[in-house]
Parts: sequence; structure tokens; C-alpha cells
Amino acid sequence: MGNKHVNAIVVGAGAGGGIVAKELSLAGLSVVLFERGCWATYDDSDTDELRSQRTTVLGNGYGPDDLRYKRVIENSDGSTTIVRPSEGGYNNVAACVGSGTVSYGAMAWRFMEEDFKLKTTYGSIEGSTLEDWPITYDDLEPCYEKAEWEIGVAGDDSQNPFAPPRRKPQPMPPFSHNKEAKLLYDAAKRLGYHPFPLPMLRNSVPYHGRPACIRMRTCCGFACPVNAKCGTHNTVIPIAIESGNCELRINSVVSEIVVDDHGKIIGVSYFDEKNNKKTQTADLVVISASATETARLLLNSKSKFFPKGIGNEYDWVGRNLQGHAYTGAYGIFEEEVYDDLGPGASVAISDFNHHNPGIMGGGVLCNEFIRMPYLFAGVRPPGAARWGREHKAFQRLNYKRVAQAVGPYQEIPKFESRVVVDPVVKDFWGIPVVRLSGSRHEKDVEGCRFMSEKAELWLKEAGAFQTWQSVGGGKGLSGGQHQAGTCRMGNDHRTSVTDKYGRIHDVPNLFVADGSLNVNNGGFNPVLTIMALGFRVGGYIANEWLKGNRFK
Amino acid sequence: MEKPTKLTRRRFIALSLLGTGGMCLLSRCMNPPLSPWLFITVREANLLDALVEQIIPSDEWPGGRDAGVTNYIDRQLASHYARLQEAYRKGLLAIQETCTSRFQKRFEDLPFDDQTKFLKIMEAGKMDGAQWANGFDRLFFRMIRDHSMQGFYGSPRHGGNKNNVSYKMMKLDYPVIIGQNRYNHKPDGK
Repeated sequence: MGNKHVNAIVVGAGAGGGIVAKELSLAGLSVVLFERGCWATYDDSDTDELRSQRTTVLGNGYGPDDLRYKRVIENSDGSTTIVRPSEGGYNNVAACVGSGTVSYGAMAWRFMEEDFKLKTTYGSIEGSTLEDWPITYDDLEPCYEKAEWEIGVAGDDSQNPFAPPRRKPQPMPPFSHNKEAKLLYDAAKRLGYHPFPLPMLRNSVPYHGRPACIRMRTCCGFACPVNAKCGTHNTVIPIAIESGNCELRINSVVSEIVVDDHGKIIGVSYFDEKNNKKTQTADLVVISASATETARLLLNSKSKFFPKGIGNEYDWVGRNLQGHAYTGAYGIFEEEVYDDLGPGASVAISDFNHHNPGIMGGGVLCNEFIRMPYLFAGVRPPGAARWGREHKAFQRLNYKRVAQAVGPYQEIPKFESRVVVDPVVKDFWGIPVVRLSGSRHEKDVEGCRFMSEKAELWLKEAGAFQTWQSVGGGKGLSGGQHQAGTCRMGNDHRTSVTDKYGRIHDVPNLFVADGSLNVNNGGFNPVLTIMALGFRVGGYIANEWLKGNRFK
Repeated sequence: MEKPTKLTRRRFIALSLLGTGGMCLLSRCMNPPLSPWLFITVREANLLDALVEQIIPSDEWPGGRDAGVTNYIDRQLASHYARLQEAYRKGLLAIQETCTSRFQKRFEDLPFDDQTKFLKIMEAGKMDGAQWANGFDRLFFRMIRDHSMQGFYGSPRHGGNKNNVSYKMMKLDYPVIIGQNRYNHKPDGK
């Protein structure tokens, strides 16, 4: 059975793709939105630590599964290891409708003005592909505003003097602080820092027909039992479907972008829920499959017109893979500081995001989301026992007496950190899998040490009698759930993959709309930027379509 | 090497209905003994009980053995950790071989503190013998340690953390109460 031709295909129903599907379907385009996973609910994993996005030792609560998916990791000595999605090296992004936005912590950061012009701000860095974006913060500001109002953000940027300028406030009031956040808030004030409530994609009050958060702390890494967390699965995707113009096709794995005899993109081939190979044609295609999977799809789409994969004439697809080096410190307090008031993280300081002597970038520092019992077994000061009676006594005594200050350090992009497709290994459907190689920039660890020192000072001031640093930025490969950068946007088609609207250079009807576009990844969780880029790319296509442009 | 019996749990239960006398008869005439476990043998279970009790010992709160950590590991080896079956079989055998050649005793029969010393050598990667080559001592110790922590601190739905014992010990809610706002808060960010 053939599929009916549509105007647009969107591959991936996550943070970027869900928004593009809504923008296009409301503009009147007929859309098929592909998702390799299915709808996820709270009941699938409830509060099970061992099957969540927080600890995946028994599997990913929100996909992908270990049976059908795998990847290849290239080790530093050149050897390779096959990894499954529940293993750390896989660099997993959730496979379900909404993707990571179902189970995320939901921090709603706007990147700063400097983040869009790192090369201008810091100059060239040896061993790095540091570059300015082809757009400025001002270009993206209206899209940030759309993301905040249409998806839903609680926050108050007026308390953060380092926040970039905005036209409208965030739509919902911020969350109140829990016990440890209050201690850290006051300590930051005493240190002369500028603490403020974390912006969150979560309802602090009823919003868009969904209830307010019930303040459970089992939140980050889990779906919301009352639907108060705002993702694309409960906002833009339902709107797209209700428009009557968008069909969401779940359990469907897109394997290749299809090109006709003249080199024109005419659709995609995919495996449906019964694993039958099918084709869907469209006037245009938008790829929003995550930094690793978007690159894989482009690289797997080889033809005589695109012998190295689509958009890869100059070997930039899959390059500059980056995530975030998480860095910070722990402190033990005399009294219990941990309460169960969710979502957990609520206080932040952005005092060390840019303009630090000798450091490129920096990052935001926050208190932590939730401390899970199993993960806490790995949280110990240097030299403390990791098992036995001493381990157990520490666990019992200190579980509620420890606080953490931690944040995502902005990594320095590297050309050699990359996604390719493996020449041999294939997944369940016979599609060549992602092969990851490279390492972080050697200077990342310096920035992480700097951030961890600040975090430790902060905890000491808050009253911790024993503190220790957890320094990120080791030499290993980066990526993770914050993966970005593999199809960077730029003005020069020889040193970037897409133009400033996310369109693949020299290909009129193929777009990217996810974290792959990020030229760098900010000292923040990237999801609001991915959503803003979804509005930018989707809005551009919709406007052009309404003007009569058919992207031929 | 001990071979795992092919007996299913259902069949085991059926046999056990023969009564205690029947069980004694069976266990006397069959070698290895019948296993009520999904993957491990009865002997392996005895060893694992001792190992998980070392990782999380009993004190005023139950330890790994009473929290059902062995059950957790057995269940995972029959499902999500099936890829680790070979490593477990090899590692448990290596522990017993090392123990009996050095102390003429099975690991579980050693005094508690001697067991601890044994595991510290394993953890440090300082075991002698071909069966521990290529860092298998450290690797297998970490495996047992991590899986014990999972079984003790993870959700009881996976076969460990019996009666939510670790949650009680850490003063955590169990089960988590859903749909109830237990806190007064003002949305002012202060």
C-alpha cells in the first residue's frame, strides 16, 4: 500500500520536531511526523530509579530498547566496543513522543548573547572549531519567547542580572525554593553573587489547561504523573494533530532520505510498526532526530548525487559533537538539608557564565534535582569506603545531609569529536549504526576545575562542614542527552552544514531542526534553544510556504 | 563446573509439593541440588548471599542477604543482564577455587572479617591465578558491588529491596505518594 503524498515530513517528535510539525500544520501544510518510539506514560516506569532517564542500568524507561538498537564506540587506542542504549557510552536520547521533554528536568534557559559569538568574544582556540553563529541572540529572541509562552515556562529572569534582554517576561511565576536551595540562595547573596529562581518548563500554576506541579521530587528523569511538566508531547504535538493536517506515525524508523533521478529530495524510506519497509513522499523534509541520529540519517542517505551522504560534500556532517561536562561539588551539613520538595533544583547563579579570566565560557551552577538512593551509593568524599559497614552508615547518616551544587560547563567544540556510520555493524532493521569517536578539548577540564572551585566555596558558605569537588570534563567522548553541534549552521557552505534557517546548503527542500544546528552548546541545558530553533526553522518554512515558495 | 539445572520454577514448586520427605530424597540422589533460582545454582546462591552481605552488611538494619539482593541478581541474570551470565559463572567459580585452595573452605564458611579481607584483595586487583587474569578480579568485584547496590537501593519491583528496607533506612517515602500536594508553597521564587 502506498502512502499519500504530503507537503512535509518531520523526522523525530522531540523538542525540535514537535514544534516544526505544529508550525507547518497550522500554516496549512499536510504533515507526517515520524517517531521511532511510541507514547510514554508515567505508569510505564513510575518512580523506578533503575529504569529511568536518570539511571538506565535496567534499561531506558522512555526508550530506545536494548534489543533493537546499538552503537559502536571508537576507543582512544583505536579499538571499538559495541554498546546498547542502557549503557553509558551509547549517548542516549529518549525514543518516545516528546522524546526527552517527557522525562527531562525541564530547565528553560536562553543562551546568552555571548554564546552566539564565541569566536568574536574569545578569539580562536587551538584545536577547536570555535565559530560565531550566523544568527545573533536578537534574531532568536522572538523564538525563545514563543517557546516560553507556547510550551510554558515558570521563571523570573528579572532576578538574574546576567540574563539576556527580553521583551516579555516568562508566563508563569517561578517555583519557590526547597530547604537546601534557601540555604544556597542566602549563601550566594553573602558571597556577592546573584542567585535567582531557575526557569523551568513546568507549570507553577495551572497553564494551557494542565494543572500545577504537585512538587514531587521524583521528577527529573521521570514522566509527570499529573501532566504538569511541559513538553512537546502535551503542547504542540496535540495541537498539530488537532489541526487535522498532521499525522503522527509512531513506531516508525526512518532509514534513508530518498532522492529521485535528478538529485531532488522526494521523501524518506522507513520501517513501519510491523517492520515493513515503506516510502513516504513529500515536498520537503525536516530532520529533528537528535545530534547523533540526524547526522546518521544524512550520512546513511548516499546516492550518486550525494556520494558522501547528504549535506556532507565538505565532510562537516557529524563533526563538532558536543554535550556538557557536568562539574560541581558536594557538601555535608550538620543537619538535614534535603527535603522532598520537587522538582528539586530551584536556585541558580550565572555569575560564572562568561568573562572568567583565562577560561572560555563557563556555565551556570544550580542545586541538584533529585538524589536517587542507588546513585547516592556512588557519592562519597575522596577516600571514603564504597562498600561494607562504613558505606551503609554513610548512606543512612548523610543521605539527607548532603547538598550538591553543579552545572553544565560549555564545552569547546572539536572537529575530531564526531558521528560517522559504522561500515559493518547494523541495527535490527539492517541500518548502519552510529559510530562515535573523539574526545573533549583538553582545556575543558581547566574550566571545569574553575567551576567546581566556585561550587565548593558556595557550599562552604552555605554551612557545609565537609566539601569535595566532582570535576567534569575528562578526556572521554562527549554527547549525552545534551548532544549538539553535528550539523552546525553557518554562512559558508564549506565550513557548515546548514544555512541560518536550518536548510542544508545547496539542497532546497531539506532542513534540520534540532540541537545539531547549535554551533556551540552554551553553559546551560540546551532544550529551550532547541525549541527556539524549532520555531525559527518551522516559522521560516511556514512563512515561505504561505508566500508561495515550494522549495523547488 | 556446576551445571545449572534445567528445572523451571513451576516444576520446582510442583516437586516441592511432594513434601519435605520427597525433597530430601531428591536432593540426596541428585547432584547438583535442585535450584529454586532462575539462573544461579543453590551453591552459587549460598556464595552470592555471603558476597552481597559483605557489600551491604546487616547492622541495626537488614543487610544485602535479607533484602533479597541475591534474588535481584538472579532475576537480572535471567533477563536484562543475560549478557553477564558467563562472567558470573566464571567469577563465582574463581572465588570458590581460590578460597578452597588457600583456606580449604568455601567462601561462605570463612569468618566475616576474612571474607572482607578476601574481597579487598579482589577490589585492589591483586588476586593470583590464571582465572583472575586481565583484571578480572577488579572487574568482577565491581560487578558484584554495583549489582548489590542496585538490588538493595533500587525499586522492590526488580526482586531486591525487600519490604522497602533501604527506603525505610534512609527515611524515604514508600511508595511515593502520587497526586497529593503535601507542601505549602508560594510561587514567588523567594
